Amino acid sequence: MKYSKLVIFKKILDCKKRLIQLHHHSNSGHIGSNLSCLDALVVLHHSVMLDNDRFILSKGHSAGALYITLWSLGRITDDQLDSFSKDDSFFPGHPSGTGIPGLLFPTGSLGHGPSISAGLALASKTQNLDRKIYCLCSDGEWQEGSCWEALIFSVHNKLSNLTILIDQNGLQGFGTTEEVISCSDLTARISSFGVPVLKCNGHDPGQIYDALASPNEDLPKIIILQTCKGNGTLFENKLESHYLPFSSENYNFSLSNLEPVL
Amino acid sequence: MRKAFASAIIQLAKNPNNFFLSGDLGFMALEDVRSAFGNRFLNAGVSEQNMIGVASGLAKEGFTVYAYSIAPFIYARPYEQIRNDLCMPGLPVCLVGNGGGYAYGHMGPTHHALEDCAAMLALGVQVVVPAFDEDLPAVVTNVNSPVYLRLGYDAKPQGFTVSEFAPWRKILTGAKGNLVALGPLAGVAAQALIDLACEARPNIWAVSKFSDNMVPVSFLHDVLDKNLYVIEEHRAAGGLGMTLASQLFQKNVFPKRYFHRFAIGYPTGTYGSQAFHRKQCGLDSESIKNLVLNNS
Repeated sequence: MKYSKLVIFKKILDCKKRLIQLHHHSNSGHIGSNLSCLDALVVLHHSVMLDNDRFILSKGHSAGALYITLWSLGRITDDQLDSFSKDDSFFPGHPSGTGIPGLLFPTGSLGHGPSISAGLALASKTQNLDRKIYCLCSDGEWQEGSCWEALIFSVHNKLSNLTILIDQNGLQGFGTTEEVISCSDLTARISSFGVPVLKCNGHDPGQIYDALASPNEDLPKIIILQTCKGNGTLFENKLESHYLPFSSENYNFSLSNLEPVL
Repeated sequence: MRKAFASAIIQLAKNPNNFFLSGDLGFMALEDVRSAFGNRFLNAGVSEQNMIGVASGLAKEGFTVYAYSIAPFIYARPYEQIRNDLCMPGLPVCLVGNGGGYAYGHMGPTHHALEDCAAMLALGVQVVVPAFDEDLPAVVTNVNSPVYLRLGYDAKPQGFTVSEFAPWRKILTGAKGNLVALGPLAGVAAQALIDLACEARPNIWAVSKFSDNMVPVSFLHDVLDKNLYVIEEHRAAGGLGMTLASQLFQKNVFPKRYFHRFAIGYPTGTYGSQAFHRKQCGLDSESIKNLVLNNS
């Protein structure tokens, strides 16, 4: 593993800028849930994951953040990225699972990633491969029963090569997670299934790295990223950030708001 | 066919790329499978959505996966997982559904599978419905994409010689048109008609795979201007009869008359054995015989 604070901060800044531009130019929504998880995606892909590791974006509506992260790794070109949400593209608003190396499955319907990741983790264990599997969920996604099925399975089968990150931005499709279907306290509920849960500030790269780098011991690991939906924009922590594209005012504000936090 | 399936699948256990998942089923049937597969056999518990997601992950890493449960629990409960996680990436996973049609009889309607083939065909899953126990070794191999394997009860007459497996097989020769049966109903039809003279009965075709382009040329030659009977323990919508009729229309091949017997659900609101439900649907041996004799 390699973690350089300066390098990661610079990467995150570059990625945020490109993400904001991408969503603005394609007039796409979901910017809030992309910005809430981008820091974690950059830290994970640049400082933690090895070549043979696997990543599953269970919260497929953050496809833009994943595409940007792969772009920052040099796996996607600018031209490819600019086809985002356009016709004849491999880069739809939720990943299709085809046409992009390393992007293994179509995701977008919530609650699928944890089980797929458990299967990947089980395969690696069965094949005696030293491969780690990372899966990123949203917090609202844990209203899906299939997530809990996967959690029970992963704990029972001691899938210690599996790490599930949960982007806890507190907002979902039509309200806050607290008022829609509360899973509070999500940390306590998941812990009660017998699995270690780490919490960290999902916009602090150092904390994210420390949580990812901590050993899994003999069980899967859950990391809850406490995040802000649409952070740094005018619709920060607002439901609008889930659906609406940038207005010109919001776009200009969001770009000008990008400053290194060192 | 559970035991025949188990015997066939055990032969595949030595291949380290094969993996077996069970949705907590297999008592007095899969114990030897479990032993043969060792750490590549896993009871995934009562969580079919998760089981299919896990199967997709395993398959993505190179395993051919057999995922086993009672039929409705393997195709209906995890339908979106099959669609998104298996079919979109086209992964080699065989969904083994035990008890197609009314085979779970007295267990009640939640355990019956009457629309399974249509549901799977709509997703592009290859549907395989063996007719006889002897078919199992042939149908469990060569899983290269999503497959739905519908198991039932072999109903062939005693002493009946089963020909080598083929997706479409003429298992009995006749001169009065053609009877097409889905899977094990071919055995029921053979029971019904085997004692009739060849001149008085139709050809019986056992269909064990059906898809968008399934009709063999030899069948097309036989069907023109003759009676065609289709029997299936499956709903009419999207089943063998509709699929076959559509293909015959597209090829401008028209039988003289078309008769379709299929699963009509629960017309009296009551429940019973597989034999009871087959009788209600006209899919029992006696009804099939009368269908043919009354329309020849």
